[in-house]
Parts: sequence; structure tokens; C-alpha cells
Amino acid sequence: MSDEFVTITNLDAHYGDFQALYGVDMHIDRGEVVAVIGANGAGKSTLLRSISGLMPNGSGQIKFKDADISGLRADEIAHLGLALVPEGRQLFPSLSVEENLIIGGRLQRPGPWNLESVYALFPILAERRNSPSTALSGGQQQMVAIGRALMANPDLIMFDEISLGLAPIVIGEIYSAIPDVIGQGVSAIIVEQDISKALSISSRVYCLQEGRVALEGNSDTITREAISQAYFGV
Amino acid sequence: MDWVNAIIQGTLLGGLYALFAAGLSLIFGVMRLVNIAHGDLIVFSAYVCLTITTSLGIHPLVALVLVVPIMAAIGYGLQRGLLNKTLGTDILPPLLITFGLSVIIQNTLLQVYTADPQKLSAGDLEIASIKVGSLAVGMLPLLTFAIAVAVIASLQYMFYKTALGRALRAVSDNQEIAQLMGLDKRHIFGIAMALALAVTAVAGVLLGIRTSFDPSVGGGRLIFGFEAVIIGGLGNIWGTLAGGVILGVAQTIGAKIDPGWQILAGHIAFLVVLAVRPNGLFPRMSA
Amino acid sequence: MKNDNTVRFTPKNYVVTAVLLAIVTAALAAAPYWLGRADLRLAGEIMLYISLATLWNLLAGYAGLVSVGQQAYVGLGGYMLFAFTIFIGVPPILAIPIAGVIGALLAIPVAFLVFRLRGAYFAIGTWVIAEVFRLSFAQISALGGGSGTSIPASIVKSMAETRAARESLSYWLAFGLAAFIILFVYLYLRSSKGLALTAIRDNELAASSLGIDIWKTKFFTYVVSAALTSMVGALIFLQKLRISPDAAFSVNDWTAFVIFIVVIGGIGTIEGPIIGAIIFFALRETLADLGTGYLITLGVVAIIIMLKAPNGIWGILRDRFDISFFPLLYRVENQKQDR
Repeated sequence: MSDEFVTITNLDAHYGDFQALYGVDMHIDRGEVVAVIGANGAGKSTLLRSISGLMPNGSGQIKFKDADISGLRADEIAHLGLALVPEGRQLFPSLSVEENLIIGGRLQRPGPWNLESVYALFPILAERRNSPSTALSGGQQQMVAIGRALMANPDLIMFDEISLGLAPIVIGEIYSAIPDVIGQGVSAIIVEQDISKALSISSRVYCLQEGRVALEGNSDTITREAISQAYFGV
Repeated sequence: MDWVNAIIQGTLLGGLYALFAAGLSLIFGVMRLVNIAHGDLIVFSAYVCLTITTSLGIHPLVALVLVVPIMAAIGYGLQRGLLNKTLGTDILPPLLITFGLSVIIQNTLLQVYTADPQKLSAGDLEIASIKVGSLAVGMLPLLTFAIAVAVIASLQYMFYKTALGRALRAVSDNQEIAQLMGLDKRHIFGIAMALALAVTAVAGVLLGIRTSFDPSVGGGRLIFGFEAVIIGGLGNIWGTLAGGVILGVAQTIGAKIDPGWQILAGHIAFLVVLAVRPNGLFPRMSA
Repeated sequence: MKNDNTVRFTPKNYVVTAVLLAIVTAALAAAPYWLGRADLRLAGEIMLYISLATLWNLLAGYAGLVSVGQQAYVGLGGYMLFAFTIFIGVPPILAIPIAGVIGALLAIPVAFLVFRLRGAYFAIGTWVIAEVFRLSFAQISALGGGSGTSIPASIVKSMAETRAARESLSYWLAFGLAAFIILFVYLYLRSSKGLALTAIRDNELAASSLGIDIWKTKFFTYVVSAALTSMVGALIFLQKLRISPDAAFSVNDWTAFVIFIVVIGGIGTIEGPIIGAIIFFALRETLADLGTGYLITLGVVAIIIMLKAPNGIWGILRDRFDISFFPLLYRVENQKQDR
């Protein structure tokens, strides 16, 4: 299918002797938002790390825009237009807010995102532009992490548990910005513990269980029963 | 007045030690690598300069135009070809490999240049001095100190105000996430080592003009640089200058008491700082 | 569920290795009766290097304390032997353990200082200490200051009447000390303290959460190896009969060579330093004409081994033949062959 943007075939991943992913198959179309849900340790973050190129010893194939990216280094994959908002935000502590954003855009890929448009999306960041990133609140740090990924003007953006550890009101604020974030033609993978959040924002959903795809379906037609069965394997 | 003189001489000597320390501090800051061969690379730079000055007949300070890029290129090659392979969570491989490198460099220099002491001749600069009151301050120590300040100020500027510095800090903070920004850490580490050895080249040439050197003196230069780093406080670029000055003053005051005490007094100053302020006198301050 | 696994220290070919070990030990103990004078001298030197390498390996390979300053204790031990025999008239053989005690006593304050430095900076810190020792002894004019001193002939004669007897005694002391140090390190690593050490090396965070006092365990290891290194140093200079600060605190002789021996033989194994010392001397005897080229070769070999075979020659042999003379690993064996 020409619309297939990301195609993952038979992906395995290991941490030393521990196998975290078993033969995962997955596809994301151009402009599509896909949610990945699952319990702790189901392999969600590992999946995003594999796609980003941070898991060196995996096997299987990952195609991104018709290029085989399995085996490429993370920095090579970044050049192709793939950005990750990592779990736990992971800002650069010795860089200021603005420097964190600038380094996100250092590849200078063309697109709508630059310092101005990120500041327009999250005005608070413009006020704190010269603060060290460590001085910000959790929610503000998450905005920097999202802004840093946007600055790359990616074709695929991946969010890893962006609501983790944030107050509900902040989560609402951040999620309300997501539709703006995922603009025209940009695809997204959203890893989320909060199932209803994940379903409301995505068009399709994958559920991982112990490193395997246990369920796949459309976000608006999938049933709660099917999810809980896939989630807990009962 | 003798004591004032000793303190001034020591302060100026501290500039040289700060140059020994700056490269060491830079690569530790970026990649947590401690290069045991650092001192031997300083001496190696002095020999490179010696070869250039004798074959081209130019002044050693002019020869810096060649020595600096040569050492930077060696640094980049060394990092990409060898040292990058050793970096990981285990500190043993980089330590032992740079130790092996130290022995290799020392003995190669011995093979090529023999154990005879050498010196870089800087002509009139070596004896020129300016009068400050009743004191005569040598031009060369003054120039060395000025160069040290300039080098450290440029490193500070590069680190905190340029895109390269941002990349170096990002890789130092978090290698994985930095890769997601499209930074190839192998290349960034190569650049960091190139910068460190460029500074080393300056240090080596100034050392060679100031005193005679032979292939065995590298270990001592590593130790002085290391002491300046620890006295000044890890991760603080200006701290290395302060550390170098304290070390230099301790040495000249020690030498004033008894010539045999010069180096020992420096070590003792270092041990006292280590005992009283283990994080150095000026621990990491964010710029 | 029935547990079919047994946990034991001893490898399968336990009897064979034990017999082999006994034969080698007996043959080495009898070396003065079957080796010529020059060879006996070389054998003694190998024993001393095996001792130094085993102790450095205990620090770097097991305790994670990578020191490049063990020459501090080699030189200290040597100087203490000279001081106690010359000034106080202590018999040389008795001065060796005294040197060990003094080494331990000095290692205590040194440890308090250098343990403040982490990882690689610890390494250079130990080097500074060795330099402080060297420069301090160079200031002591009673011991010859910077040019050093010799042991009077009368003291040498007091050890044994004939030269042959002295040489045999010298060898036996070196052999005995090496055997003692290997046995000590082996038993220490099998003790609960040694297991704690291995736990720390493998995962410092996990070890501390298990309640292991990391600082104390490392401290004890450092002090004990300083004591034993001082004894080796005393013995080294009892054979040389002459000491000077530069020889006593030489980073090349007592640390660089030792590091190469351990890295080539296999760091973190008991057998490694022994194999490494034998290879080191075999290379030295064959490549001696190369002069500095020999050291360059050694450095290159050590770097290649560190990159390509971090467990050294012994690691390669062990993996290929599944042998172990000094079993340290717990082996889990499944008695039922069909799982």
C-alpha cells in the first residue's frame, strides 16, 4: 500500500538476555495517529526506542518512508525526519529552555515549526526561555520536550507517556495542544497508560502484552472488553 | 620582596598548569574520559614543534600555526580510531588503554629523539622582562599567562555561546537523547578530543620554550594538570586557572623554602585541598 | 517442584587440576636444586612480579580500584627494609613483615584521601601519592637522599654464609611470598568479604542496597594489598641490595609492567596475573634486543587485548577448554541432563 508510512515487520528487541519484544508487526499510514497501550513492562517504550534506533541488538525490519531504517544509528534516523518525546522528558539539564529547543531544530529541516511557532503554542516557554530547563515545573518541562521534538519538523513524531507524573489539569492542557502539534501530513505514535486519552486522540490502537501485539483495531469501534482482555491476558 | 616575587612567578607559572589542565577537564566534562596519556601528548606536542622549528627555521610561537592543527587532527583520529571503542559504563578499558598509549608515546619519542633533554629556542623572548617597581617580570611567563587566560576564555565562550558548545553540553548531559537530535556522538567526541589536543599543543610549545624536556616528563605534566583540575573543582573551566595558580604559587613558595621542596609543596597543597574541600575550591558553577 | 540443581564451587575436572597444581608447586619449591643460577634468579623475579600482579589485580580487577600508584608501597617496603636493617639491626627476614605493617599503617590515611576521588581520578590520585613518597624519601639524607644507598655487606652475609645459599633463600622467599599471596587472594575472594567485593564490582548500586558497606570493603582491600605490596617491595630491594628514590618509586617498573602483565594474562581472574607474568618474561627474554621497541610492542599488545579480548589470554583459554585452577564461580549444575 502506498499509503503505508511506517511498516514494522517481525520486530524483536533484547536487553541483554531479556527479550522485550517478540515478532511485532505494525503499520502507520501517512497522517495517521496510532495509539499504543499496554501494562507496565509490555514493551511500549522499547518499541519506540527500537523505531528511534536506540536499541542496537534488535532483529526484524522497520521501514520509514520506503527506506529500511533497521540497523541505522539514532542520529541517522533523526535526519530522516523522526522525532521522539521521550518518557520522563529527559531535557538537557545544562541547556536553557531556548537552547533545548534550538538543539531540537539543529537539523534545520523545512516545516512550520520554529522558535516563534513553538512559543506561540506554549507561551509560557517564551517567558522562561533563558531559565535552565531544570528550573521548570513538570508540565512546563513536558512542553519543552514536545517543543524540542517539533523543532525537528518531523514526519513522524512519537510521544512516550507524556502524561506521566503530571497533574490532570496540566495533562488536559498538553493534550489540547496535540491536534495542533500533529499537523497536516504528520504521523504520530502515542504511547499512553491512560486508555481513554489514548483512544480519544488516535484513529487506530495497538495493545501490547508481554512484548507481543495482543490486539489491533479502530479506536472508535474497539470494545472495552477486548481491551481489558488484551491488556491483562485474562 | 622575594616573597612577592615568588608569588608573582607562581601565579604566572599557574597559567601554564591551567593549560595542562584545560584539555584534561574538557574531555572529562564531555565524555567522562580521563586520558592518562595527556601529559605525554603535551610532551609530544613539544617534540612536534621542535621538528618543525629545526626543519623550517621558524620561531616556536609561529610554529603553533602548524602544531595546533596537527595535534587537533591527531586528537580527532585518536578518538575516532581508538578511544571511542573504549567508552562505556566500565572505566577500566579507557584507563588501561590510555595508559598503554602513554607508554607507547614515551618510548616512541625515546626511539626517535633519544633521552637527551631538548629545548625550544624562542630567542630574545626568553630573556626579555619588564620592570614593575623593583621587580623584573619575565615576558615569557607573562605571555604564557595571557595565552592561558585567552585560551580559557575562548573555551568558555565556545562552550556556552556557540552551536558546537551546545552540542558538546547536550552529549555530555545525555548521550542517547543527544543522538535523537541527530548528533553523532562519535563525531562530537572526536571534536572534543581535537579541541583538547589543540590546547595541549599550545601547552606543549610553551612548556618547551620555558624549560628543557625529555620523553620521560609527561607523567609529571599529567599530574600537574590533574592537580589543577581537582583544586579548581571538576567541571569548572575558570576553576582550572584558579587551580593552576594555586598549584604554581605553592610550588614557587616551596622552592623558596628549599629547592628540593618545589614539587612536593605543590603535591601537599593538592592533598590539603583534597582533604578539606574534596570537590575543589570552586565546584561546578553553571554559567 | 523438585530442585535438581546443585550449587558448588568446584569444577568438574577438580581432581585433575588439584593433582596438577600439587606437582607444579612441588617442582617450583625444589627449583634451586634443578635450575642454574641465572635461571633461578629469573624465576625469583617472575615470582615477585606474579605477586605484584596478583595484588594489583585484586585492586583493579575485583575491587574496582584502578591504581597507578602501587609503586608507592613497593618503594616504601624497600626503604623500610633498608631503614630497619641498617639503623636498628633487625634481621632482613624479620624486616619484611615489618615493612608490611608500616605499609598498612600508611595506607590508612592515604585511603582516606584518595578514596575521595572517583574512578579514573582515583588512579591519578594514587600516582600523586607515590610521587609524594618518592620526593619525601629523596629528602632523607640518612637514606642517601636523591642518590640512594646500599645494604652493608655484613647484613647480607648475616642471611646465609655462601652465595649459593643466599640465592636459594632469596628464591624461596620470593616463591613463598608469591604462593602466600595467591592463596590469600584466592581465599579472600571466596570469603564473604570477597563475594561482597565481586557484588560491588558487578553492580555498586545493587550491592549497597543489599547492605554491603562498599567503602569499608574497598578500604580493607586497599590496606591489605598495600601491606602485601610493601612486603614484596622489601623483598625486591633485598635482592637488589641498592635503593634510590627513582628506582624504588618507578611507575614503569612497578606499575606499567604490572598492568601489562595483568591485562595480557586476564584481568579479574586469579590465573591471569600468573600467565601474564610468564608471557611478559618470555617476551622480555626474546625481545630484549629491541630496547624501547619492546615496551612499544607490549603497549600495543595490551591495547589490542583490552579491545579484542578483555579477559586476556587466560579468558581465551578458559572459554575454549573450560578449565579453572582456582575456581571462584559458583556453578549451577543441572543433574538431570534432559531439561
